[in-house]
Amino acid sequence: MLFEAFRLVFDPHVLGVIFASAAFGLFVGAVPGLTATMATALLVPVTFFMDPVPAIASIVTATAMAIFAGDIPSCLLRMPGTPASAAYTDEAYAMTRKGQGELALGAGLVFSVIGGLFGTAVLIVAAPALAEVALRFSSFEYFWLVSLGLLCAVFIAFANPLKGIVSLLLGLLVASVGLDNPAGFPRFTFGNAELTGGLTLIPIMIGMFAVSEIIRSVSRIDEPWEMAQAKIGNVFRGMWGHARRYKLPVLRGSILGTAIGVLPGAGADIASWMSYAISKRFSKEPEKFGTGHIEGIIEAGASNNSALAGAWVPALVFGIPGDSITAIVIGVLYIKGLNPGPSIFINNAVSIYAIFIVFVLANLLMLPLGVAAIKSAKQLLRAPRKVLMPVILLFCVVGSFAINNSMFGVVLMLAFGLVAYLMEENGFPVAPAILGMVLGAMLEEHFIRAMIRADGNFMVFFERPIAGSLGAMTLIVICVPLIRWLLRSRMEIPGGGTK
Amino acid sequence: MPGQKFGPAWFPGMIAGGLGLCGLLLVVAGVRQGGPWLALPDWVRRRRPLLGVAGVVAGLLFYIFAADELGFHLTGIALLTAWLRILGCSWRVAAIVGVVATVVIHLAFYKLLRIPLPWGVFEQYAF
Repeated sequence: MLFEAFRLVFDPHVLGVIFASAAFGLFVGAVPGLTATMATALLVPVTFFMDPVPAIASIVTATAMAIFAGDIPSCLLRMPGTPASAAYTDEAYAMTRKGQGELALGAGLVFSVIGGLFGTAVLIVAAPALAEVALRFSSFEYFWLVSLGLLCAVFIAFANPLKGIVSLLLGLLVASVGLDNPAGFPRFTFGNAELTGGLTLIPIMIGMFAVSEIIRSVSRIDEPWEMAQAKIGNVFRGMWGHARRYKLPVLRGSILGTAIGVLPGAGADIASWMSYAISKRFSKEPEKFGTGHIEGIIEAGASNNSALAGAWVPALVFGIPGDSITAIVIGVLYIKGLNPGPSIFINNAVSIYAIFIVFVLANLLMLPLGVAAIKSAKQLLRAPRKVLMPVILLFCVVGSFAINNSMFGVVLMLAFGLVAYLMEENGFPVAPAILGMVLGAMLEEHFIRAMIRADGNFMVFFERPIAGSLGAMTLIVICVPLIRWLLRSRMEIPGGGTK
Repeated sequence: MPGQKFGPAWFPGMIAGGLGLCGLLLVVAGVRQGGPWLALPDWVRRRRPLLGVAGVVAGLLFYIFAADELGFHLTGIALLTAWLRILGCSWRVAAIVGVVATVVIHLAFYKLLRIPLPWGVFEQYAF
């Protein structure tokens, strides 16, 4: 079976797809304003016409490359190429100004590869093991699991949970449009045929991740990019020493990154913020952070790439996306007949092993291709935004149209692009909305099914052992921030002012 | 729906309740914090970004309403050229990129992936 999987991956066509998506991912990652999620959304219309393995391979490769390549403009322009590099952009730029640009770029590359391989190892080991357990899950367990995932997305990552909840509910609302509900009753369709089948998610995601980014870029089009001068020689020089010196931070970053990846809703960008903060907190020389110190870059750089693979664990086993990239991937998996769920490891074992191989391959390919990208960084970054943005926009239009060959896709793309832009500008996170859209149908189906089985008695939801513990965890996730908030507002009132 | 204890209105009802509650809390928090009712981002006072964003939205609306009549190729070239001009490219760059990118997308999506992009006025010359 493993042999069969290798044969699937090392087919010239698939290898060609992998190389092309690697180049695409490096480019998208290196250009500020184009993100890894956007790369995924733009790839979907193209992968539509591929076999399952190359289709998934292209997304895996492009996103891994993009998250690494995001470090390049951090060093040279003081602008993160993707949000996942934002945590250590100032640090990396400070290193470049000290004449250590080569070192910063090299560390970004090498420790991205290490983190990516670590996350991949966890994915390969944990996903099938988790699936064994999940095979026995009923609607009660699934209901709690989905609830827990949605609540994690709201409470863990964002400053204002209330805005997170609003975003989540809007996503669930979008998911409830159409005939596709347990009762088979048309909801929110207003007699419109396009709405009866429910809203197609891919154009919505192209809108939320690509069009909104384009609008943001265009609104800053008159702010010039200034490139720092950096002489770039051998980026691998001294890496072995750093790896030995900072092996604990690398390990910590990889573990935390994978864990954040596994948690629904939070992905590479949050992993890198948290890892950078932890690195500073536990460093022996925290005073050096911010002045161009390599330690935080190493830990956060490993963290964001490991998160990428971690996010695939819940996506494959439960169909619950670990980050916004896998939220798009789940749609592709369904289209390709690789329906996520615990039985995927039995029904589609060969394809899954092939995907695992692609993960390893993509992370290894990152070394040579990453060096090439760093060497040609100056040319990459000269690609003018004013030419790039319109062309990508037309590509989005055609891509949204292509999903159903319908102009309604373009309408959805524009509408949700504007909504996502307005939400993000006003501090509403977009990730919970995406999660709500992807998981809405699943949440409702399991909830209604469980309610019918329990005959309306909510206590039955806690009767099975795993369901009970998941339920308890869900309640804890809800209650902890609530109690903290209550305590805080209690303490604020006597002072008579806000913080 | 009759005969069903947990019908199709259950779930949207819960969403509506949650949204109402959160909205109320956000309004209360906003009022307590003070601040203006509506704050515009600073790019609306700069000419090129303002024109650019307006152009993006207007252009997409134009595509939605006109592409079926005019066809993808004409609309695509016109839109790209307009967007490129608004963002500050010269006429020459705008025209060349507009035509080349449209042709490339045509080849990739229409020829390779067989997406039925509308031909519009050029219907009889479709190839």
